[in-house]
Amino acid sequence: MRSILKWSRENLFATRMNAVMSVLSIWLVYVAIEGVFSWALINASFIGTDKASCAANPHGACWPFVTAKLNQFVYGNYPMGEQWRVNIVFALGAFGLGLLMTKRVSFKKEVAVLMLTVYPVLTFILLSGGFLGLSYVETNQWGGLLVTLVIAVTGIVVSLPLGILLALGRRSELPIIRIMSIGFIEFWRGVPLITVLFMASVMLPLFLPEGMNFDALLRCLIGVSMFASAYMAEVIRGGLQAIPKGQYEAAKSLGLSYWKSMRLIILPQALVVSIPGIVNTFIGLFKDTTLVMIVGIFDLLGIISFHFTDPNWTSPQVPITGFVFAGLVFWVFCFAMSHYSKSVERRFSVTGENK
Amino acid sequence: MNTVFSLWSSQKGRNLIVQLLMVAGFLGLVWWLVDNTVANLARQNVATGFGFLENNTGFDINQKLIAYDESSSYQRLLLVGLLNTAIVSVLGIFFATLIGFMVGLARLSDNWLVSKLAFLYVEIFRNLPLLIQILFWYVLLIEILPHPRNSFALGDMFFLNNRGLYLPWFTSLSGGNIVLWAIALFGVGWFFVSRQAQKRRELTGQKSSYTRHYFILGVIALAGYLSLWGVPFEPNLPALKGFNFRGGLSFTPEFVALLVALSLYTASFIAEIVRAGVLCVAKGQFEAAKALGLPTNVAMNKVIIPQAMRVIIPPLTSQYLNLTKNSSLAAAIAYPELVSVFAGTALNQTGQAVEIIFITMSIYLFLSLLTSFLMNIYNARVALVEK
Repeated sequence: MRSILKWSRENLFATRMNAVMSVLSIWLVYVAIEGVFSWALINASFIGTDKASCAANPHGACWPFVTAKLNQFVYGNYPMGEQWRVNIVFALGAFGLGLLMTKRVSFKKEVAVLMLTVYPVLTFILLSGGFLGLSYVETNQWGGLLVTLVIAVTGIVVSLPLGILLALGRRSELPIIRIMSIGFIEFWRGVPLITVLFMASVMLPLFLPEGMNFDALLRCLIGVSMFASAYMAEVIRGGLQAIPKGQYEAAKSLGLSYWKSMRLIILPQALVVSIPGIVNTFIGLFKDTTLVMIVGIFDLLGIISFHFTDPNWTSPQVPITGFVFAGLVFWVFCFAMSHYSKSVERRFSVTGENK
Repeated sequence: MNTVFSLWSSQKGRNLIVQLLMVAGFLGLVWWLVDNTVANLARQNVATGFGFLENNTGFDINQKLIAYDESSSYQRLLLVGLLNTAIVSVLGIFFATLIGFMVGLARLSDNWLVSKLAFLYVEIFRNLPLLIQILFWYVLLIEILPHPRNSFALGDMFFLNNRGLYLPWFTSLSGGNIVLWAIALFGVGWFFVSRQAQKRRELTGQKSSYTRHYFILGVIALAGYLSLWGVPFEPNLPALKGFNFRGGLSFTPEFVALLVALSLYTASFIAEIVRAGVLCVAKGQFEAAKALGLPTNVAMNKVIIPQAMRVIIPPLTSQYLNLTKNSSLAAAIAYPELVSVFAGTALNQTGQAVEIIFITMSIYLFLSLLTSFLMNIYNARVALVEK
């Protein structure tokens, strides 16, 4: 008790100004917690099958909306009988990520390569089907969290290699390659993603010859991937710049060719340095996937908003509950990623000091 | 054939060939795309060219800073959208900076609770997609706020309801605009006078009374004008007429939701930038300022922040740019800014996707390139000259 008093005198009430701030903060915390609790728990509805169950609690969350629609929120309109395919994809992804994030795993590099090459192909086969006895599921039946993750993972898988190439191109000694890389990067970084998505959805069909047609999801994937690659390129360029000049010169003096010196000497170091930046780009990309709803793709946010129009669930609290739920899901993913990036940063900065 | 082989055998020659191939591939791709587009447009019978900019739009919009109606041209519409983007961006930048600096400095506070609260703020708002935040504030405004009849009111002057936010404002009578311009001019003059005062202080070490004299002069001039010609303004208060409020300064729920979301979201990034910037300033600087006997707030304002600004300004500018680009998310709640009104409504009306997307993207691209150009100049100017 004494130590608590001492601690609070030192940390909360050291000066008069500090005391005022502390009291204000305590009041703020109280108001926020009270508001959240009464909305999410005390005044909320928990069971029911339609809006009538929420009408009794007009000042609280309408959780039955979320529980009733949870399957659509995760899988969209993916056929019930085929959802095991999606589950396998989710499980494999979680397993791979788990291996990558476990400290003691010694074959991380192999796992990373598998995740970037085999996993996307396997995912495509499983989700889309159409052969190997799997029934074909059109992409307009995909939806919810599934589509959000498909867009995010595609963006990541495409943007990493493309970003590396663009970053190398931007630092290349060949003027034309440098100019083209700069042009590509600055173009995509200079425009808002929403205009890119508009372009992908209305202009891409015009760019292609008659008869050649991409479906709506693929068009979005292309737009998002180009956009993410440009940002990734700048992050990796930062990593490349952080490598001391001596490393480049040493690689050259060993007689290594450009590609060999990049692959064996420079990139392994540059990529490790840029891990926090890369993860931050992933977080940005993950948050940006929500924008596809504006061009009519039913990602998690899109499908939640779509179900607001369900006549069984038209009630003022339904949209608020829906957005809070969507926010929670996205927040957990993003927070986990940023937490991971911080821990990596800390680990590398410690080893850096030991050298 | 032989010359190609001999070229290939030297590094320079290989580089040349690779680059030529890249150019050829790029031009080929462009040619292919243009060819396809022209063929597709011809097949779909879509008009091409920028002539449509002169046509009437045939629809009205609910927020316009300049005169606009159904009979205005698409050119005018573009300008209206651009101005709406500008106003939400400028106000957003203002509030985001204010909140961002407050939270960023609070994060460094000695007060444990204040610093933890600031940390919580950053973690919550930074990790939530902006679009969800915009939609959340928007439904909160239109679903939870009362109808105009039962508005939340503050002293019969401020009203908040599900149709928007209403603030007291004023209307200029004759001569009012002259006074407003004079006040604006006075503000610009203030900037130069205070700079002169600062210069003098640095030169002589004495406090100058320039700014005080300038201020007194201004007050006398204003008082003189008002006593001679009277107050050229009239209060314009919002009042309930029929189903809705009229008069005063009004903001639509779309605008308020967008502004709140953009400010809170961007502030969480600015807070991190400010924190990192302040932490970059060597600790010795603060201790030296303290040793000179400067109180904490003066040490902060005169010693730490000016040095931190060098680190803060470049990422801060890119946040401002992000905020401006992110204002395009307003398309989701139909706030009539550039993308929503031009790349959305106008595109659907005219079907001229190529031209409209081209114009929209060019505007943002121009803004981005201009910003990074100015930033490069700034960076070159403030860069520490190391020996």
